[in-house]
Amino acid sequence: MKSETSYWVKTVQNGLIGGAIAMLLSLIGIVLAFGKTYIIIGLFSMGQVFVFTPIILESFVSARKAPSKNALTLLLLGGLSGLMGGVVLVVMIALQQVINLRSVLINLSPDLIALLTFKLPLALGLFVLIIAAVVIGVISAAFLLLPARIRGALSQAILTIVILGLFRDLIVTVITHWGFVRYAFLWLFALSGLSIPGVIVVFVVVGGLFYWRLGRKPKPVVKARTIQQQRLIRWGPMAVLGIIGLLLPVILGSYFSEILDNVGIYILMGLGLNIVVGFAGLLDLGYVAFYAIGAYTLGVFTTSEAVGIWHLNFWAATPIALIVAVFAGVILGLPVLRMRGDYLAIVTLGFGEIIRILVLSDWLKPLLGGSEGIQRIAQPSIGSFIFGNQQRLYYLILIGIILAGFISVRLKDSHLGRSWMALREDEDVAQAMGINKVATKLLAFAMGALFSGLGGALFATKIGSVYPQSFSFIVSINILSLIIIGGMGSIPGVFIGGLALVGLPLLLSQFADFRYLIYGAALVAMMLVKPEGLSPEARRRLELHEEIKEVPYEEPASVLKTPGELGGR
Amino acid sequence: MAILVSKKVTKRFGGLEAVSKVDLEVKEHAIYSIIGPNGAGKTTFFNCVTGFYTPEEGEILLNDRNITGLSPDRVAHLGISRTYQNIRLFKNMTAVENILVGMQPHLKSGVIGAILRDPRTIREEKEAVEEANRLLGYINLKGMGDLLAKNLPYGQQRRLEIGRALASKPKLLLLDEPTAGMNPRETQDMVNFIRRLRDELGITILLIEHQMRVVMSISEQITVLDFGVKIAEGTPSEIQKNPQVVEAYLGRGAASGLSQTPVEG
Repeated sequence: MKSETSYWVKTVQNGLIGGAIAMLLSLIGIVLAFGKTYIIIGLFSMGQVFVFTPIILESFVSARKAPSKNALTLLLLGGLSGLMGGVVLVVMIALQQVINLRSVLINLSPDLIALLTFKLPLALGLFVLIIAAVVIGVISAAFLLLPARIRGALSQAILTIVILGLFRDLIVTVITHWGFVRYAFLWLFALSGLSIPGVIVVFVVVGGLFYWRLGRKPKPVVKARTIQQQRLIRWGPMAVLGIIGLLLPVILGSYFSEILDNVGIYILMGLGLNIVVGFAGLLDLGYVAFYAIGAYTLGVFTTSEAVGIWHLNFWAATPIALIVAVFAGVILGLPVLRMRGDYLAIVTLGFGEIIRILVLSDWLKPLLGGSEGIQRIAQPSIGSFIFGNQQRLYYLILIGIILAGFISVRLKDSHLGRSWMALREDEDVAQAMGINKVATKLLAFAMGALFSGLGGALFATKIGSVYPQSFSFIVSINILSLIIIGGMGSIPGVFIGGLALVGLPLLLSQFADFRYLIYGAALVAMMLVKPEGLSPEARRRLELHEEIKEVPYEEPASVLKTPGELGGR
Repeated sequence: MAILVSKKVTKRFGGLEAVSKVDLEVKEHAIYSIIGPNGAGKTTFFNCVTGFYTPEEGEILLNDRNITGLSPDRVAHLGISRTYQNIRLFKNMTAVENILVGMQPHLKSGVIGAILRDPRTIREEKEAVEEANRLLGYINLKGMGDLLAKNLPYGQQRRLEIGRALASKPKLLLLDEPTAGMNPRETQDMVNFIRRLRDELGITILLIEHQMRVVMSISEQITVLDFGVKIAEGTPSEIQKNPQVVEAYLGRGAASGLSQTPVEG
């Protein structure tokens, strides 16, 4: 039974890794920072989630990968793994008692130790910590012994409770906005985290729901569908999405509408850059330039300050902003037509910086306001209806996104979309097939600049003022990351990427200083697990995951080797 | 009547004359071969004809129209299409998409049409897809339209590349070593296929080929290049007897002995 013995060693390893992760999280301070953020009021804090999750996961993994399926063995393995995790933490705390590690590891504070030892006296606390770790290990292993249905329901319920507790503040903000309906939900929450009755209700409801769902037998496939049914299947979800889209700002209130507006502007720009990078394969790192051009053009033409010209309203100035942005797109496109890949990226990067520096320059200060920017930019209005707040502006942004999304979809499925793809694949061959490189590439740049310019105009009117600081290089990188995360060339991917990349950090404001740490870790994890993006284009999925068949290559025929013939090669 | 005429075409790379004063005249409906040892300038000559290189001297006429220095896409629009020595398909596009890209010169609808999807655009697209599927059948790839080009077996990739070239309905088709890497059977199929292209579609074919058996059996006219210079021109039997050609291929010593031996055609 050599393999089983070695598996015990493996389990010890797993346990130590779990403990090490828990220790790391403790030492960077995240555990203590969330020590008072309760998931369940008075019982269980987010800090404890951070400590015990690695131990739980490692115990679960140890038990799941075990060669033996014997129940007792599994429980022992889980317990061993948990024990090891606990030992790591205990050693850390004990070490701190002997030598003062705190001069280096500043987060190893008495408060942290108190939290880890359940506020008990040290010796007893350490003992309880070990026992707790072992029990947790055994429980997570026992989890494996449960039927899949119960296991699924339990894990969903627990996950829901953690999420609800963690985002308690945001959820309560939304709920309080719901008029008297709020009383139906507010009692679920406590001052921090969920209330005890809330936990019970959520556990029962969510657990029950998943238990029921997991138990349902799959429906027999309906063979023939009428055309009407097919239409319903095709358009039904779209209609639901549309209605939700329309109601979102009303449901979520002004705080979230602000986030939605930001996400929306990024999605709009993402759709534009998706044409340039995703469809046509032109790596543009200076995309922020068109955003700035759109915003500043709108600013210059609509501001009521003395620096402005013409003092137009929003509707008259936006077309000008778009034309200027498209023009800039073509101007950038012309010199870089011959460049590919890295070289193109560098030149576009430079272009982005040129625009930013121009905006900041003394030379253009009389027009663009230098570092003070332009204030008092006009708000769009129809009659007496002013798109003055975040909720109203949302609808304007939504229209922009729908327009951009529609144009993207249509272009992608047309022969222009194919031309872009062909240029991306092999520029020389694409030209030899009759594709006009100049016109096709410039069209991509122009479409990208158009959407970005629109995003800029909406941004300017949303903030009411423009400053050079808003148009730094990092904006280009963010939009590019958004596309990569969503899935290069995928239109739904832009939406998902936008929500994930722009929306998530805003939601993660819960995590205060740790937000970029978590964000970065999530990005790295995502690119490792799903390199093709969250919602990849069907083709990309094929590229990355389809087994590439060996192309049978046969040696050139040797028919020529007989003497008397003229041998080629 | 000559469809393609090359007059004293010269292409230099730095000090090297890759193609040097090459005269050539391809008759309509002919199968015309260019042969020569490696580095003789055959592919460079192809690149001059298709607009990738602009020759320093000389001119190239297509149906009496000077096409020297036109961009590759203009040349494609005028009816010249080509394949490559090392297959250059759009690897991550499906077979049918590859063909559709080849149809580019015949698609008229523009940006506005693509966005609004007016009836004319829809009709054009539908006809293009039908035509592409028909063409897939012609090159014996029926039912494989939705496979990514890179996942097709080697022989099918070769045929798909020719299919893509045919999609633009060319008057003149340039094939760069179409039988490279094929076994004798596949080679014979390819030879028959090339003949069919000429006989059924009326396309003039200009061909670079290394397998002598292929060249001799299929060509009506042959031009031999060596170090960028045309050293011989004529029918297969004339070329086989030409001592200069034999010398270029096998070296001076072999030439004297071999030039008398008849070669099967």
